[in-house]
Amino acid sequence: MILHLEDFVLFPYNSYICIVKYIRNFCIIAHIDHGKSTLADRLLEVTHTIAERDYGDQVLDDMDLERERGITIKSHAIQMDFPYQGQNYVLNLIDTPGHVDFSYEVSRAIAACEGALLVIDATQGIQAQTISNLYLAIDHNLTIIPVLNKIDMDNAMIEEVKDQIVDLLGCKHDEIIEASAKMGLGIDRILEDIVNKVPPPTGDPNAPLQGLIFDSVFNSYRGIIAYFRIMNGTIRKGDHVKFVNTGADYHADEIGILRLRPEPRDVIAAGDVGYIISGIKASKEVQVGDTFTHVDRPCDKAIEGFTDVKPMVFAGIYPIDADDYEILRDSLDKLRLNDASLSYEPESSAALGFGFRCGFLGLLHMEIVQERLDREFNMDVITTVPNVSYKVYTTKGEILEVHNPSGLPVITTIDHIEEPYILANIITRSEYVGSIMTLCIGKRGVLKNQVYLTTDRIEITVELPLGEIVFDFYDKLKSISKGYASFDYHISGHQQADLIKLDILLNGDSVDALSTLLHRDNAYEFGRKFCLKLKEYIPRQQYDVAIQAAIGAKIIARETVKAVRKDVTAKCYGGDITRKRKLLEKQKKGKKRMRQIGNVEVPQKAFLAVLKLD
Amino acid sequence: MAGLYVHIPFCRRKCHYCNFFSVVTTKYRDAFFDSLLEEIFIRKNYLEGIPVRTIYLGGGTPSFVSPAIIDRILSSIRNYYQLTSDIEITLEANPDDVTISLMQQYRALGINRLSIGVQSFFDDDLQYLNRLHSAERGYQSIAEAKEAGFENISLDLIYGIPTLTNEKWEQNLEKAFSLGIPHISAYSLTVEPKTALDFLIRKKAIPGPQEEQSIEHFQIMQEKMKMHDFLHYEISNFCLEGFYSKHNSMYWTGEHYLGLGPSAHSYDGVSRQWNVGSLVQYIDQIARNDRFYQREELTTIQKFNEYVMVSLRTIWGCDLEKIRREFGVEFSAGSRQSAVPFIESGDMIEKDDVLYLTDKGKLFADGIAASLFVLMSNA
Ligand SMILES: Nc1nc2c(ncn2[C@@H]2O[C@H](COP(=O)(O)OP(=O)(O)OP(=O)(O)O)[C@@H](O)[C@H]2O)c(=O)[nH]1
Ligand code: SF4
Ligand SMILES: [Mg+2]
Repeated sequence: MILHLEDFVLFPYNSYICIVKYIRNFCIIAHIDHGKSTLADRLLEVTHTIAERDYGDQVLDDMDLERERGITIKSHAIQMDFPYQGQNYVLNLIDTPGHVDFSYEVSRAIAACEGALLVIDATQGIQAQTISNLYLAIDHNLTIIPVLNKIDMDNAMIEEVKDQIVDLLGCKHDEIIEASAKMGLGIDRILEDIVNKVPPPTGDPNAPLQGLIFDSVFNSYRGIIAYFRIMNGTIRKGDHVKFVNTGADYHADEIGILRLRPEPRDVIAAGDVGYIISGIKASKEVQVGDTFTHVDRPCDKAIEGFTDVKPMVFAGIYPIDADDYEILRDSLDKLRLNDASLSYEPESSAALGFGFRCGFLGLLHMEIVQERLDREFNMDVITTVPNVSYKVYTTKGEILEVHNPSGLPVITTIDHIEEPYILANIITRSEYVGSIMTLCIGKRGVLKNQVYLTTDRIEITVELPLGEIVFDFYDKLKSISKGYASFDYHISGHQQADLIKLDILLNGDSVDALSTLLHRDNAYEFGRKFCLKLKEYIPRQQYDVAIQAAIGAKIIARETVKAVRKDVTAKCYGGDITRKRKLLEKQKKGKKRMRQIGNVEVPQKAFLAVLKLD
Repeated sequence: MAGLYVHIPFCRRKCHYCNFFSVVTTKYRDAFFDSLLEEIFIRKNYLEGIPVRTIYLGGGTPSFVSPAIIDRILSSIRNYYQLTSDIEITLEANPDDVTISLMQQYRALGINRLSIGVQSFFDDDLQYLNRLHSAERGYQSIAEAKEAGFENISLDLIYGIPTLTNEKWEQNLEKAFSLGIPHISAYSLTVEPKTALDFLIRKKAIPGPQEEQSIEHFQIMQEKMKMHDFLHYEISNFCLEGFYSKHNSMYWTGEHYLGLGPSAHSYDGVSRQWNVGSLVQYIDQIARNDRFYQREELTTIQKFNEYVMVSLRTIWGCDLEKIRREFGVEFSAGSRQSAVPFIESGDMIEKDDVLYLTDKGKLFADGIAASLFVLMSNA
């Protein structure tokens, strides 16, 4: 690596920092699976940011969950050195997730960057999140570098997709970089374009300190770590800093930059990205989107933070063991540090005791939160039937936001209920439009618009009740279009709906955690399927268990789980003992993960049975 | 005292319900017996000098093997192990093998107990099970065994077979009693995964067992056995006083045992180990002096759970005083507490610090045992 001393400013504590004009901050955005994380791998390898022995697939996806599912869940920031034309450039890369549920991660990454690599899979072309993420980036004035990825694949449609990109971006054909993240093609050109096209940050290292917190995480050894982008000024190790919104002040015990592993530094200046550890005790003192500055020489205003995210789906989260309520609160506080899109407030349920009503960006988000609570905080929880939020108009003229079917006021005081609607943009091939429309109409959708993007690619816009799409819409869409449909949506407003509350009774007792609000027309079929599914999930017990679905006092479906009448193995000789003991121990462990409701033991997964209806 | 089990993995035909390790080919026969004799030698110190009080020749079908080979096996055991003078030596026999002369030869080798796989005295049941013998043969085999001089005979029966009505089951029991044998093992038909029975039921070629029927059979059996003075000394075992299977009782009272042959299990008070369940590997690994078994050391909790699970199934019950002595007072107090709901529901009784399952509770032995289990705290 060629180092030119004059390019660096020498600070005390014998460390160097790069001056602003050699810094480039960029993120990688795309539709899901178009190859962002794989492209990041190649960039890290070419710049020697990761040692050869650390080479791997999607190295930035370091959470077990990400590796298991093969998707990115969290944005990941990492710094690279790139010597180019005699200068050493510092490139801060942020890899982002592609799934709709995690678009808030993308929006925060974008706020910390001046440029974006827009990756498009040459076999798939422009997809719904290509467009939505691109608009986010354009809104923030980011320089867009289009990258046509996966050109190594036989079914790559290079010219066709290039035309799509030119149409979308208004760029020239030769500005699109042909690449294969997998084979390492086009990587040098990408790095050169980043240096040449993405503007350096505009901060002033001598101005009062102004840093934007864009993410944070709880680490059981180090405590709370906050990630920031310095907009103006310079921070030194040991500085006395304060957060503008929360007002809390701390000493910067450790600051550093984000390499494959965090690397401590003595100084970090305007334009750069880094982390701070400062003995922050309470999670609520760190807010993603907050600005930090020096106590002695504060900046005069906070940086405009992030818009609050609106949760789409709500569900109760309860500890399996009712005594763990406080531990659950603490775990949620810590998880929220690393997931600013998670919201929660205490609630209680007659069936489950004390827990939290949580807001999620979608069902995948909900699933990931439950998994992370389990893996990172050893917190086994029950997640209740998810629902959207409703506006309830009372006869007295009040409007209530209801996030939970059991929070509904008594029926006689309800004038009417409104449910949230979305506008969904679906991009697909013309041959699938028919079956997709059938699906949408079945979900009470109304076609609003239809545009041919090319002769056989079409974008349709449909208005749909949010409550109809949160559950299985996406899966169904994928399967009827054989994967050739992508989908993006935003809330468009509220409309009055004929909704009723469906209760589930176990041995005659209504279980609030299993109640749902749904459209009257769907109630019977839903009730029947729900009872059947619960029958499958609730194990046989000492007594018969009657599962009933009811609307008010009217029972509309019923199933019975027959009592266990016999539970004994025939043979128990020398060879059977160990095997049988293990089996019984396993059953007993499974039982510990159940909740007793009345005299019925209900397993964790039964509460989510509603998501598994076919 | 210790027990010795020898697994002879050959059968003439595979029964549909069978999940024991056994093969119908005779291809590896000679090689197998060489390996078995080798294992008898290799493992001569496993029991650390504890005298052997029972030998059980099981399988598979030991009666399918000539007396000359059985003789070599027993002689070799006598050579390397210390046997008690009152030793019980059981041989498992299938009715189709039994003849008076063969039984006499076995007797001459010191075998003093027979376990005969009759299963049912009706042909349609035997067909359902894919047994080789006929009902008639089953009946005769007992008479012949007795004629050959065996008194200590056990008979295997299976209930809960879809073709076995309550009446037929009563008749099966009556026939067994009329034969004047002192021991009956009666098993509820169980569909083990990956057996032919499992396969046939799944593809709906034959009906599967019904829980309700099996419960009724169990109750009929409990009643009939009482009427004939048979003690229900383990969930699936009944006998006249003094005719307990000494060998099987060892499994249930925590004695040490050595299992020889493929798939056989051993226990030395510290660990359980089991031989590879493959004939070829067994022969091969013994020949190459490789490790032919797996071993698992038992923690205190695991030993406790096993004691509870096994003891509750027996007439001797789960001894809280023994638990206190061997595992500690937390364990005995915990068991006592976990037992309360079952005592209240009439599934269990406590008498002189011992927990017993009632006739009704025996149907729930597994669930009740699991309720008394202790789980490792980190799990
Ligand atoms: N053939 C080929 N496959 C690629 C290329 N780039 C990525 N892939 C494959 O595409 C799949 C998705 O790649 P990722 O890098 O995980 O995609 P992503 O955009 O990060 O996905 P999310 O973060 O979940 O949105 C993986 O199986 C990659 O191996 C490429 O250039 N050529
Ligand atoms: S005789 Fe016994 S070991 Fe052989 S197949 Fe039948 S049940 Fe299995
Ligand atoms: Mg990724």
